[in-house]
Amino acid sequence: MDLGLSEEQEMLKKLARDFLQKECPKRLVRQLDESDQGYSSELWHKMAELGWMGLVFPEKYGGSERNFLDLTILLEEMGYNIVPGPFFSTVVLGGLTVLTAGSEEQKMEFLPKIASGEMILSLALTEPTASYDAASVKTKAIAHNGKYVIKGTKLFVLNANVADYILCVARTKQAKNPENGITLFLVDAKSPGVKCTLLKTLARDKQCEVVFDNVTVSEKSIVGERDGGWPIVKDVLQKATVAKCAEMVGGTQAALDMAVNYAKERVQFGRPIGSFQAIQHYCANMATDVSGSRFVTYKAAWKVSEGLPAALDVAIAKAWASEAYGRITLSAHQIFGAIGFTMDHDIHLYYRQAKAAEIIFGDADFQRAIVARELGL
Amino acid sequence: MDFKFTEDEEVFRLEVRQWLKQEIPQKWIELDPGIWEETEESWTLAREFQRKLGQKGWLAPSYPKEYGGLELSHMKRLILAEELAYSRAPLSIEVEVTVNWVAPSIILFGTEKQKKDYVSSVAKGDIILCLGYSEPNAGSDLASLQTRAVEVGDEYVINGQKTWCSYGHLADYCWLAARTDPDASKHEGISIFIVDMKTPGITIRPLINILNRHSFNEVFFDDVRIPKESLVGQKNKGWYQLVIALDFERSSIGYAAANQRLIEELIKYAKETTRSGEPLANDPLIRNELAQLAVENEVARMMAYRIAWMFSKGLHPSYESSMSMVFISEVMRHTANAGMRILGHYGELDRDSKWAVMNARIMRMCLSSLSIGVGGGSNEIQRNIIAMRGLGLPRK
Repeated sequence: MDLGLSEEQEMLKKLARDFLQKECPKRLVRQLDESDQGYSSELWHKMAELGWMGLVFPEKYGGSERNFLDLTILLEEMGYNIVPGPFFSTVVLGGLTVLTAGSEEQKMEFLPKIASGEMILSLALTEPTASYDAASVKTKAIAHNGKYVIKGTKLFVLNANVADYILCVARTKQAKNPENGITLFLVDAKSPGVKCTLLKTLARDKQCEVVFDNVTVSEKSIVGERDGGWPIVKDVLQKATVAKCAEMVGGTQAALDMAVNYAKERVQFGRPIGSFQAIQHYCANMATDVSGSRFVTYKAAWKVSEGLPAALDVAIAKAWASEAYGRITLSAHQIFGAIGFTMDHDIHLYYRQAKAAEIIFGDADFQRAIVARELGL
Repeated sequence: MDFKFTEDEEVFRLEVRQWLKQEIPQKWIELDPGIWEETEESWTLAREFQRKLGQKGWLAPSYPKEYGGLELSHMKRLILAEELAYSRAPLSIEVEVTVNWVAPSIILFGTEKQKKDYVSSVAKGDIILCLGYSEPNAGSDLASLQTRAVEVGDEYVINGQKTWCSYGHLADYCWLAARTDPDASKHEGISIFIVDMKTPGITIRPLINILNRHSFNEVFFDDVRIPKESLVGQKNKGWYQLVIALDFERSSIGYAAANQRLIEELIKYAKETTRSGEPLANDPLIRNELAQLAVENEVARMMAYRIAWMFSKGLHPSYESSMSMVFISEVMRHTANAGMRILGHYGELDRDSKWAVMNARIMRMCLSSLSIGVGGGSNEIQRNIIAMRGLGLPRK
């Protein structure tokens, strides 16, 4: 058993920490949060040059063949710094799906472009029911003259506003079991009938409504088997859930570090507030929560990376991290007091992230339902 | 990163499991004493089991071979501790104190003779030491202890009062912290001694715990004369020895493993029990509650694994152990309280009732779990350690 990072992972972590501190200061984070586009093309291309987009792709697709665990280490650092932009959508939701389920032709077409930073992807899964089950997929794709016509509304689609291609999860067949009859399509975001509207959200992340109004796509745009898309979605959701946990772990660590530093500096009653036991115990609880989140996340990520059955561990990690990130940022706010209640201060950026991360891919209750099922209840 | 055990470790786990299946006496299973519920009857069984474990080398597996240990790896010790706790093996808390705190301190600070006399006996399962730390006015502020040890000729003469002395009425020796220099600052004048509990001048008065059992004692020392060689380590440096010992083996993996078993039993109960015509397991609130317990316990387990892993890397966890302790104490209390909600009225019944379920383990845990998070450093002290040692927050 080894719960530590390898030398290569430590290097990746340090490189990411230093790079993002320099290239993605909070000033830029705010600016991007406030913009409609939500990402910096300059930063995006620098990240691509570092090989981050293609980190887990095989070399022949322009990647560096690192494993999923390495990607989660990188995401932890991105969560630590907060990096607005479509990295998660493009690499985790889009890239890993094409890598896992795409045809050789699709891989050759998409993966090198993702790796080089030329292409942005987005996954359109959730609909107005806002849930992650197969029955909620109502958007239809109807076969017509060797092509498919997609019609429906997708909601809470991350970064669709800047995506070149949208992976659309659609129903191609009505079946008794809602998990049957779902198909994934790679849709050119510029196709006629695709209408994307940016949603104004708490975290100022770029979630969108995407309306597919009779969008015609070719059969070649299908990823995986026709009608057999749900297992692909489940697989990518599992990876995305762990990946999100890794980001959350990074965010919890950042919130803890900020609060502890402040508690050491802020003087009231003639002494640093960090010398008061009330504040010390907040910090101790936060540190314990960070640790707990980190090791259950690593365990789940390791299982996914090794290709082992991971449903229980992933649900445990997300159930825990969802609530821990919230608790930690809330305590941090309490420690910062009034200054934390300003737009000028950075802590609210993490509080917002925590809320969005808690909900995406299923909140703690949703995950606990999975845990209960996995335990045979 | 690698979360799996080696093949050799898995084989070891099976070996331990198999052995425990054969060796845990039926009588013990019937008595089923939980934490702080030992009786003289269960104590006798536990002492026999302690010797058996000792013969196998599994009582003190990490000790150097010359003192009866196996020099077993940290991961195997983790596995052993997990299996012992999960199987509810006959091990009293005082055995853990003796094996994991006291004897390792003797190995670090004791004389060669003390190591020969005590450490090998501990490893064999022949002796048990109780802790003589707390006093009426020295609890969390342990360094304020006032019990005096005065050097007179070839002896030390001890006077004072100790309290919360667990199983002092059954232990062979006391691992005593006493003040040897009353003029020095409070951390500087403390020394550690091993005192035979049969020495004249020792009076024991029982304290009956919340489970209505005799586990704690007040111990009075009236002119208790012990040989000079009873001093362990350096005179007046006892505090520092004591603090180091508190960092030994606080991974709390045993608690996590025992609690795992309890959660599994609650899950089984929920599946087998019908309320208002529906299995409890179909109630979404109960499913959510049980799932949350499983999540918390897994977090606790990973924290404990982290401690073992740090030891295996030659690192010395300190505040990490405090995190693990605080966390598992809260998980155990949560388990007991959630268990009470799931069992409803049945959770209230003690085990002498024919209506009792799960051998009344939940109601007993509801009481006993109050001690986890208080004894061995309260959660508040642990949080101070995390804040100051772990996060570098200032004292003043």
